[in-house]
Amino acid sequence: MSERTVPGTPDELAAALEGTGYLADEGLATAAHLALAMHRPLFLEGEAGVGKTALAQALAQITGRPLYRLQCYEGLEASQALYDWDFGRQLLHLRAAEAAHAADDPARLEASLYDRRFLLARPLLQALEDAPSVLLVDEVDRADDEFEAFLLEILSDFTISIPELGTVRAEVPPLVVLTSNRTREVHDALKRRCLYHWLAHPDFDREVAILRRRLPQVTEQLARQVARATATLRTLDLLKPPGVAEAMDWATALHTLGARDLDPDLAARTLGAVLKYREDTERVRSLAPEALLGG
Amino acid sequence: MAERDVVDTVLGFARTLRHAGVPASPDRVQAMLAALGHLDVLRPSAVYWAGRLTLCAGPDDLDRYDAAFLGWFSGRRPRPAPAAAQVQPRLAVSAPLDAGTGEGDEDPDAPDLAARASADEVLRHRDVAGLTDAEKAHLRRLFALMVPAAPMRPARRRRPAVHGSVHPARTVRRALRDGGEVSRLVHRRARPRPRRVVLLVDVSGSMTPYADALLRFAHAAVRARPASTEVFTIGTRLTRVTRELRLRDPDRALAAGGQAIPDWSGGTRLGEVLKAFLDRWGQRGTARGAVVVVCSDGWERGDAALLAEQMARLKRLAHTVVWVNPHKGRMGYEPLTGGMQAALPSVDHFVAGHSMAAFEELSGVIARA
Repeated sequence: MSERTVPGTPDELAAALEGTGYLADEGLATAAHLALAMHRPLFLEGEAGVGKTALAQALAQITGRPLYRLQCYEGLEASQALYDWDFGRQLLHLRAAEAAHAADDPARLEASLYDRRFLLARPLLQALEDAPSVLLVDEVDRADDEFEAFLLEILSDFTISIPELGTVRAEVPPLVVLTSNRTREVHDALKRRCLYHWLAHPDFDREVAILRRRLPQVTEQLARQVARATATLRTLDLLKPPGVAEAMDWATALHTLGARDLDPDLAARTLGAVLKYREDTERVRSLAPEALLGG
Repeated sequence: MAERDVVDTVLGFARTLRHAGVPASPDRVQAMLAALGHLDVLRPSAVYWAGRLTLCAGPDDLDRYDAAFLGWFSGRRPRPAPAAAQVQPRLAVSAPLDAGTGEGDEDPDAPDLAARASADEVLRHRDVAGLTDAEKAHLRRLFALMVPAAPMRPARRRRPAVHGSVHPARTVRRALRDGGEVSRLVHRRARPRPRRVVLLVDVSGSMTPYADALLRFAHAAVRARPASTEVFTIGTRLTRVTRELRLRDPDRALAAGGQAIPDWSGGTRLGEVLKAFLDRWGQRGTARGAVVVVCSDGWERGDAALLAEQMARLKRLAHTVVWVNPHKGRMGYEPLTGGMQAALPSVDHFVAGHSMAAFEELSGVIARA
C-alpha cells in the first residue's frame, strides 16, 4: 500500500474518516489529528462497542498504511508481541551446515544462525519494520503490568533491540492506537506518554447517521427507531448498556427479519441482539412497549 | 496571540486545573503546548480539545476539566468543585494526628519488655471502640507493623523453573549453543500471582468508632501489595481511596484519604453504593475473580432488597466475598439488621473486625481465600 497525504486539519481528517464510513466528532478528529502530527500514541477509553477498534481500522484506511493489531490478554509475552526466533529452522540450518561440512568455522556458523530470515516478527516489530504503519494495541487493560512496562519502553522511542541482531528503529514512528475498556486502571506512566480520549456513546443524530452509513440496506425509519430505542435503553441503568455495535447488530437483525420499522413484537424477539444479560432482558420486557419505542 | 501569551495562559490554566484536582504534570502541560502548535489557537474548541487530550488521564478528570476550562477561559471564577468544597477539617476523625503520648523507646520509664508484650497481648483483643487515646496511639504502631499476606491465584504467564512442562524455546536455544545437540531439557511452569483484594470500608456514622482502624488495616494491605489491592469507602456515596492510601506513612495516607472522602460519618445506602461500585468498577474487572471484603455493620437506610440483589451480583463476579462486622465480636450478637440479613446469603466468610486480633484473623481469612 502506498501512503497517501495525511489531512492537514482535524476537519479534513474528519471528512476523510467519513469517506471510510467512520463518523468522528470534533474531539475524536482532533485527537487523531494530533496523534498523527505529534507522533504520540492515542489512548482511547470508553464503553465496549463505541468504535475504538474501528477508528484504528479507519485511520489505516485513510492514511494508506498497513494495520498491525496486537490483541492483549493476560500472560501475553514478548515472544508473542515482539519477535521470536524460528528455532526449528535454525536447527535444520545447523544440521544442513554440518552435513555440508560447513561447520568448521564456529563463529561464522553462529552468525549465520541469527540471521534476519530466522526471525519471526510479531505485531510490534512488524509495525516498526513496516513504517509508516498503524499499530493497534487492543484492550491493553487485559494484559498484565509486566507487559505494560515493556510496552512503555517501545512507545517512548519506537525502537526494539534484538541482542543477536541489533536495533530496529522505525524511520517514521507508527501511529499507535491503544484501547482500553477500563477493566483495570492502566498505569499513569503509560498514559502520560499518550493523548487521552474518552469515547462516549454518540448522540441521537450521529447514531442515526452511523447506522445509515454502515447499513445502507436498513430503512431511514428503522434506523431512527433503533437509535431512539437504544438511547432509551442506555438511560435505563442496565448492567450492560448497549453500544453502537449492539445498535448495528440489532438493526441488522431486524432487517434480516424483513422489518421496515420497529414494532413491539419484533423488538421483543430480537432483544438478544442488544441486551446480553438475563436481568436486563427481563427488565426491558416488563416495560410498556411505548416506553422503549417512544410511542 | 503572541507565543508568550499562549504559554502564560496555558500555565495559568494548568495551575487552575491542579487546584481543581486534575494532576496536570509539567510534561503534560508541555504536551498541551505542543498540541496547540498543530492546531488553530484562535479557535476555542481547538484549545479545549488540546488540553483535554493531553492533561486528563481518566473519565473522573473530565468533569473537573470542563469546569476549570469554563472558569479560566470565560474569565469567570471557577466554582469550587464539589469534592474540594467538602474538604472540611474532618482530619481529626479520619486520622488522629495527635503526637505520640510520650511512651516509646526513648522513654526512660519504659516498662520492661515482658510487661509490654503482655500489655500488647491484652490490647490486641480489646474492642477498638473503647480504647483511650494512648491505647489508640499504641495500636496504631501495631497496625503499622502489620503485613497482611495476599491470596494467590494460578497465573497464565509461565516462567523458567526447575520442574514443569518443557520450555521449547529455551531448550532449543540451549541446544543451539551446544552445536544443535539437545543435552538438557529446560522447563517452565506457571507461578502463582497475587489475587486482587478489594476492600469496601463503610465510613457512615454508625461505623465511626471502627473506621479509623479499618482504614489502617486497608492501608497495611495496600502497602503490602500496592498493585493488587483496591480500597473504596462506602456511605452515601462511593469513593476510591486506593491512590491516597498508597502514601507510605500511615498518618499521612489516612489524612489524604480523609480529605478524599466526602461522606464521612453520614448515612448508609449500602445497596445503592454497592451498585455504583459494581457498575463503575466491579463488573468491568475490579471485582472479577477478586477477594472482596465488605467492612460494614449492615445498617441499611435504603432498600434491603436492592442490597440483597447487588450482593448476589457481587458473589457471581468475585472469587470470595468476606463480610467484616465489628459487632460480631460482641457476646450474643445475632445478625438481625435488615441489611445483614439481606447480605448474608451471598457471603462466604462472616468475620468480626473489632480488635487487633480480629484483624489478624481477617488477614488470615483473606490470605487463605
